[in-house]
Amino acid sequence: MSAETLSAAEAGLLSCTTCHLLSRPADPANLGHCPRCGTRLVFRRHNSIQYTWALIIAATIFYIPANALPVLTTTALGSTESDTIIGGVIYLYTSGSWPLALIVLVASVMIPLGKLVALAYLLIQVQRGQVRNRHDSTRMYRLVELIGRWSMLDVFVDAFVVALVQLQPLMSVEPGPGVVFFMAVVVLTMLAAQTFDPRLLWDTPRERQAFDG
Amino acid sequence: MEAIACRDCDLLQHIPPLPPRGKARCARCGETLATGHVDPFRLPLAFTIAATIAFIIANTMPLMGLSAVGREATTTIFGGALEMWQQGSEITALAVAFCAVVAPGAHLLFLLVVLISVRRPPAPRWVGEMLRSAHFMEPWSMTEVMMLGILVALFKIAQLATVIPGIGMFAAGAFVFLLAAVLVTLDSREVWARIEWADGTLPAAHTLPDALGTVQ
Repeated sequence: MSAETLSAAEAGLLSCTTCHLLSRPADPANLGHCPRCGTRLVFRRHNSIQYTWALIIAATIFYIPANALPVLTTTALGSTESDTIIGGVIYLYTSGSWPLALIVLVASVMIPLGKLVALAYLLIQVQRGQVRNRHDSTRMYRLVELIGRWSMLDVFVDAFVVALVQLQPLMSVEPGPGVVFFMAVVVLTMLAAQTFDPRLLWDTPRERQAFDG
Repeated sequence: MEAIACRDCDLLQHIPPLPPRGKARCARCGETLATGHVDPFRLPLAFTIAATIAFIIANTMPLMGLSAVGREATTTIFGGALEMWQQGSEITALAVAFCAVVAPGAHLLFLLVVLISVRRPPAPRWVGEMLRSAHFMEPWSMTEVMMLGILVALFKIAQLATVIPGIGMFAAGAFVFLLAAVLVTLDSREVWARIEWADGTLPAAHTLPDALGTVQ
């Protein structure tokens, strides 16, 4: 990029996180509120790195019971069977629907894992002060933000299977303990993506020092 | 020309007047900064009203029915969450209810109020608060994810019983497309330009929106 590029922060301007109005703080020590919408002004999200780390560490811990514990327990004619998330994928595959199996595999296994790895990678890059490829990193962040919600798929699948298959005493399906952990993983990774400030990827080390107070 | 800082990389730049459907992208990171709209208020309002009707039908009519060995069961969107709750997964039930019913409903309601209020500028300050809340709800409104979830659930159940799609299902499908149309036609920048400022002054530039936020 050309040498004349200037970030709003370098120019001493604040961009409102709510309405995107640019304003110049009267007092650099006390940034105050957006004159248009009243949102508290900040140069960068406060403690963005710490919050994002905390959320992805919590999500990583929940990811283990989410996959190890059953998400659905089916009772049919006296016999009981429990299914984990992977078990559900295998069931869809063996019952002849590999496209649906693939969708669930991507949404429930690959997207949550990919989000955790991608956010950790972005955080490490920012913390080391050397972002290798800012364009690709920004693109990766946007992808994480965009597809995160699709992981909720398995929670909806479980809810509607449970809601419909209530034909006591012949057959019933109950949610397993894994669902709540899986739901927590999805919510925590979505919050982590929202907490991460992508502008940190573009800040120069000098700027970063100035904001990370 | 309006000056703006890119949301993703903070690059300071000017937004030129845009032709209808024209897009201004960040020179550094490529993020879409602004879009030119033909009709930034009436068109999204029309889509929002249509989406509200579809949303009401989707939530009140049965989503699908199931029959097996002479027994029948139907469920609504909310019924999915309710059954989860009754089976002892209260937290998951709340998440399902929030993402499938509360967030889409609140998102629509806030957008409806905002779009009606900005028809006669200047709109009062609380309209900005509503727009902010609408943006907050957006990522949590997961009707399209729910639709795909229902599809997978139906396939799983189809092995056990006969499933009959209900009116609610078609309405939910229509809602997904109508909401997408709302989000494409809505221009938050134009909306903000018509809202009264926090210090009580009128948006001086609602007749001349380009002057808003300009850095001297």
